Amino acid sequence: MEKEDLTEIMRQHPFLANLSDEYMKTVIGCASNVRFVEGAHIIHEGQIANKFYMIRTGRVALEIGAPGRENLRIQTVGPGEILGWSWLISPYRWHFSGITVLETRAIALDGECLRNKCENDSAFGYEMLKRLSQVMERRIEATRLQLLDLYATIDAGART
Amino acid sequence: MTRRAQAVQTAVHDPMMTHPVGIRRIIWENDDTFTLTLDMGSWAEPFEFHPGQFNMVYVYGMGEAAISISSDPARTGTIDHTIHRVGSLTTALAHKKRGDVIGIRGPYGSVWPIDVAHKKDVCIVSGGIGLAPLRPVLYTILKNRDDYGRIIILYGGRSPLDLLYRVELEKWANDFNVEVLVTVDRGDSSWKGHIGVVTALFSYIKLDARATVAYVCGPEIMMKYTIDELDRRGLSQDQIYLSMERNMKCAVGFCGHCQMGPTFICKEGPVYPLPRVHPLLDRKEL
Amino acid sequence: MVIFERNDIQGLITALHARGFSVIGPTVRDGYITFDAIDSVNELPQGWTDVQVAGFYRIEHRKDEALFGYVVGPHSWKKFLFPARLKLFSARKAGKGFEVEPAPLNSTPKYAFLGVRSCDLHAIAIQDKVFTSGEEADTHYATLRKSTFIVAVNCVETGGNCFCTSMNTGPGAKEGYDLAMTEVLEGGKHYFVVDVGSALGEQVIAELQVRKAEENEIATAEKAVAEAAGKMGRTLNTEGLPELLTDNFDHPYWDDVAKRCMSCANCTMVCPTCFCNTVEDVTDLTGETAQRWRRWDSCFTSDFTRIAGGNIRMSTRTRYRQWLTHKLSNWVEQFGTFGCVGCGRCITWCPVGIDITEGAATIRETSVTPTTIG
Repeated sequence: MEKEDLTEIMRQHPFLANLSDEYMKTVIGCASNVRFVEGAHIIHEGQIANKFYMIRTGRVALEIGAPGRENLRIQTVGPGEILGWSWLISPYRWHFSGITVLETRAIALDGECLRNKCENDSAFGYEMLKRLSQVMERRIEATRLQLLDLYATIDAGART
Repeated sequence: MTRRAQAVQTAVHDPMMTHPVGIRRIIWENDDTFTLTLDMGSWAEPFEFHPGQFNMVYVYGMGEAAISISSDPARTGTIDHTIHRVGSLTTALAHKKRGDVIGIRGPYGSVWPIDVAHKKDVCIVSGGIGLAPLRPVLYTILKNRDDYGRIIILYGGRSPLDLLYRVELEKWANDFNVEVLVTVDRGDSSWKGHIGVVTALFSYIKLDARATVAYVCGPEIMMKYTIDELDRRGLSQDQIYLSMERNMKCAVGFCGHCQMGPTFICKEGPVYPLPRVHPLLDRKEL
Repeated sequence: MVIFERNDIQGLITALHARGFSVIGPTVRDGYITFDAIDSVNELPQGWTDVQVAGFYRIEHRKDEALFGYVVGPHSWKKFLFPARLKLFSARKAGKGFEVEPAPLNSTPKYAFLGVRSCDLHAIAIQDKVFTSGEEADTHYATLRKSTFIVAVNCVETGGNCFCTSMNTGPGAKEGYDLAMTEVLEGGKHYFVVDVGSALGEQVIAELQVRKAEENEIATAEKAVAEAAGKMGRTLNTEGLPELLTDNFDHPYWDDVAKRCMSCANCTMVCPTCFCNTVEDVTDLTGETAQRWRRWDSCFTSDFTRIAGGNIRMSTRTRYRQWLTHKLSNWVEQFGTFGCVGCGRCITWCPVGIDITEGAATIRETSVTPTTIG
């Protein structure tokens, strides 16, 4: 795919909204357009996290496994959202698995490529970190809410 | 605006009197939620209610619970109550059979103001059993689909098997041009839908801030997070309505139990325009 | 205005009995002054007074023979108009279902209250608003209330915990009574200046042989009441009070009072305006018959207000705050007046002597947000 087309597609993604032209070029240097079929294991828990996905269409389910238990699907990520920040945070390994539940199109960014650019240009690195930390904050907020298990049936005994 | 409807008039109008009605049908929506269809034919006059209202449902010799009416207000002769089994009274209701008799008094409470949504987009945000008091809104507005713009339902449940009204949600999406987004707190390998909190669903829709009315119902924390999201998307407080909950004993403002600060939820609520309750929501143990 | 002598009070009681009223008046029992059915003027607490400070109540002999020389005891008139236990309906199994019968209203007694202090008169008016002014009326309260005959007594004594002047509820009764009496003991004379407040009051008076009051007698009575107004045991500054309390939702006073409050609910039981109640559905052992009862409840109980997830007010601290802010703040928005009439009962009957006027003053002095007044 032509780099100019890729630029247009990437500009539309909320994660890169209002990014300067110069930084956009920086990011594009690490980007490629990808497509996954339904049911593809695109991320493996524990493996080196070398990809950063900006989801365009479709849906990816995040799974955590534990021995003796069925894998727990804790979240889905959809269009306009991003998948993975472990490429920027040592030890650069995935903390969950990712399986597409629908056919999914995304922009894949090479993690090491992006990481090196962050190291070399700290202003660019800060810009990336700012955007990532916003996403992380929303994720934590959402996870906390999920933890509360608000819809559970509490056996209230004598109460109605 | 929200308005009250009168309680049913009987020969000697005593607001604490209950009236026996028969159970016509029981449907289990999930492991701990069921819908009772009640035969209101023996009511003195046709039983009328508006979306958002509730009845006090009585189990003989046991007690009452305030439960929202979840059926179509235009459907005469029967009403539905979707009930979450949480304690001894609702468990007693869960064991009822077709033909059993329970007591009803009502309807009570304020209503979802559907007239303010005329020619606007409607955004319904609900969690868990919170979809039940909103279902009458959907029945009502879908009868005049062209009077409204987009109709969006954001619905969150605990797991795929806990979701209520799945058949109807599909029908509304397919046949009535309703945008239905459903999410669960925990999914399994067979669930291809969203997993996460209901507020995360806002990422996938764009709201027209100036022309949207939002109706929100669910656990209070979920409603607070939802209000934050709606605020982020530019809705002003007076475009948002929520349904509050407190235990009720009398449902007519005499017993004092349902007070939240200065408001009696049985009289002024359960449906409120957000500006009325916004200062109260952050007060812990109000 | 007319003049009663002591035996005219007996005449009044007799006349009210003849009209089918059950006359309820103050009377001494078990070391305190309560309200109960009386037949004779001799049952009134003649020559008694009460001494009340925070957490303390005693009755003592007076030097004179005044019939109404005390203020208020632990009971209020809500004991009769809003009984602690009231049956609402009976039900009986019938086939697959049941039949329900409301508790009959025509068997409610007809009360004549003798000796209603102005604060208590205001309290009755406040409960009238709660139970009869909304879209729904409490039929039992409404029925009882409609037939109640009220003989008010203007206070010429004050109690150590009284603050009716702060709440604009006394010491003189202004309206809402059938008759209102002011007791005068002066220069060997003992009489009552009686104001007539209703047509029924007029009719009852007409049955007694009483004379019109002279100007000086009326002046003496008014002077005694005016003097009482200047001898209040406590004061409560109500200016801007509702907003003040709303603004101080997290004031440290709530933590302080929580250390002392035992959540015993005495205050809510003795308070003449507290109306919170609960509904109990019960059956007999066989389940053949069922009943619905209304009984007093208190916001101090832990599960008073709750949702499916649990109790809302989980500590004494927040429940005390609920009680005080309801009484002095939320009530104004709900019913147009304060819920407090300054009778002082909550201060007297609190086992640890918590004082609602002191709480309001503390919060005002150390308010976390400045209140603009005027």
